Amino acid sequence: MGEEEGLHQTQLLDTMFVRGLKRKCFDGEEDIEGTLAGIKAIPSYNLQRQSLLDMSLVKLQLCHMLVEPNLCRSVLIANTVRQIQEEMTQDGTWQMINTQSTGQASLDRLVSTDILCRSSREQAEGKHVPGYSTFNKDFESDQAQDGSETMSTASSVQAPRNLQSNVWEMENPQENKGNFQKSLDQIFETLENKSPNSVEDLFSEVDNSYYDLDTMLTGMMSNTKMGHCDGLETFSSPTTATSSSNCKSDLNELDHIVEILVES
Amino acid sequence: YRGAGGGGGSNDFQWCFSQVKGAIDEDVAEADIISTVEFNYSGDLLATGDKGGRVVIFQREQENKSRPHSRGEYNVYSTFQSHEPEFDYLKSLEIEEKINKIRWLPQQNAAHFLLSTNDKTIKLWKISERDKRAEGYNLKDEDGRLRDPFRITALRVPILKPMDLMVEASPRRIFANAHTYHINSISVNSDHETYLSADDLRINLWHLEITDRSFNIVDIKPANMEELTEVITAAEFHPHHCNVFVYSSSKGTIRLCDMRSSALCDRHSKFFEEPEDPSSRSFFSEIISSISDVKFSHSGRYMMTRDYLSVKVWDLNMENRPIETYQVHEYLRSKLCSLYENDCIFDKFECCWNGSDSAIMTGSYNNFFRMFDRNTRRDITLEASRESSKPRAILKPRKVCTGGKRKKDEISVDSLDFNKKILHTAWHPVENIIAVAATNNLYIFQDKIN
Repeated sequence: MGEEEGLHQTQLLDTMFVRGLKRKCFDGEEDIEGTLAGIKAIPSYNLQRQSLLDMSLVKLQLCHMLVEPNLCRSVLIANTVRQIQEEMTQDGTWQMINTQSTGQASLDRLVSTDILCRSSREQAEGKHVPGYSTFNKDFESDQAQDGSETMSTASSVQAPRNLQSNVWEMENPQENKGNFQKSLDQIFETLENKSPNSVEDLFSEVDNSYYDLDTMLTGMMSNTKMGHCDGLETFSSPTTATSSSNCKSDLNELDHIVEILVES
Repeated sequence: YRGAGGGGGSNDFQWCFSQVKGAIDEDVAEADIISTVEFNYSGDLLATGDKGGRVVIFQREQENKSRPHSRGEYNVYSTFQSHEPEFDYLKSLEIEEKINKIRWLPQQNAAHFLLSTNDKTIKLWKISERDKRAEGYNLKDEDGRLRDPFRITALRVPILKPMDLMVEASPRRIFANAHTYHINSISVNSDHETYLSADDLRINLWHLEITDRSFNIVDIKPANMEELTEVITAAEFHPHHCNVFVYSSSKGTIRLCDMRSSALCDRHSKFFEEPEDPSSRSFFSEIISSISDVKFSHSGRYMMTRDYLSVKVWDLNMENRPIETYQVHEYLRSKLCSLYENDCIFDKFECCWNGSDSAIMTGSYNNFFRMFDRNTRRDITLEASRESSKPRAILKPRKVCTGGKRKKDEISVDSLDFNKKILHTAWHPVENIIAVAATNNLYIFQDKIN
């Protein structure tokens, strides 16, 4: 197949990621073979890291399959993404990418990630997307649990992160927020495949035979979300209205995405 | 030397090809890919499960006195469809029929029992032999048609006549609807009455007789799924202490739990974790530390864990680090990014002990598998391939070239075939016979008889 090719293509990336090439560029004490060499190494390391981030986000998004995604794999990739984000925040490069804004280029990047994040999966009855602060909290609890993890810079991460959130709020809140933690949060919603007050709880007692097989198969072929909607509409249930409005919101979303694509 | 004693490990003798099962075609049907391999307690039966939901059981033939050099071969004993593909209507998702694990029950009568599981449902199968049938019924004739009662003028006692051996597999219990997430492990308890099943976030305890109830003994699902950072990857009961089990996580930790301490074993009794080496930390550190398999030694004193690049042996009395670490394919460390891209970094390799706990085995890529002798600290790399499949041919050790100059017979890292992965291996409980699953083929190797 293409696996061997894949190996060759990312050989360059491999050399960068051998043995934890932990970036210490802004930290003047330890340098990477002299500052000049260090500075030269910066852009390519950042590029590689960004490439890894992009690759990870794409991997997380490839969940529109018929079979449930592997939860272990998804969790590991999401943790990798968090690690990258944390390091980028530490470096200030996360901020750099946003503020640098070579106009179109960075915006496109954000938008494209955002498009990747939005997909045809359920928005879970219009659940409010948690803001950056939630992610903060998750992260902190994560930090606390990792006793032996070498998060030696844990305390110093706090400061840049707070700064970060201010920057984010000042900048393009919609795009920036949507860019990252939205993707993670929504990814986990996908994995969960339900929200607390979702359909599944309501219908957990229902006999499968109630479902119209044709409807389900139709749902399978097109959008999984649509399948849910169709199935639900056959019931007289208080949630039906909400669900069909979700279908509508999905369509609206799709329109929105098309708009963005067309504009760019 | 017959394995069960101490002393010699995997390298004091040589491994020979014995048999290979499965199609030879280059084109591998997805359904034929073997997904689990397991010997039963005596080693006379060898079960395999595949992605198509089928179970094939091989039985070892009685040794042939006229050919003493040919050890008992394994031949097909029974084949049955264990699981079928299902559709979860509530989630609009398919449930794969792939058999994730098979575990045998200890034999208690003439029949054999095993547990097989896919992502959601565990089934208890009874495999029994029928080699006699009754003839001479009074009320029906040989075809089974009812006889006209008025024609019956005499009574006779039916007699048992031998018939061709028929092996029947029937599902005796179906343990369903207890797992929201994908089942990765099942483990039969030493009490022979209960067993556990583990999915990504929960572990359930079952009684073999009861299918409509199971007890949740571990639950690591966070209240908010967005906070999820760790999943359960494997679980196993202690071989002797029926109240003790372990489970491993995607963060490279193992928790030992005692069911006597509380009903819900969310708080572990022991926590095994090796401190990370800060000099080798990278973005892939966590992924490669994720444990794909955990196995207790037969003695119950040790346990072994497999992560992406190594196998570790732990003493149950020492939680802060393993007592032994064996590198399986360290040359892959510089390739982690590529392996991440093509998803190979998520491959879940299993590992196994030999009968005397003196050697361990695990798989790698390119159809290579590795064996480590714990006493001599020697290791060997062998290959499961059709090329070295002549009867009783000695397997030649393989070597992967990591540096510049490649010697003859060595293979360079870039030439490895990452599609040929050996994830599942099994070691006979007593003798030096191993079963190695290479995609859709099952290889059986034995030690050379001098």
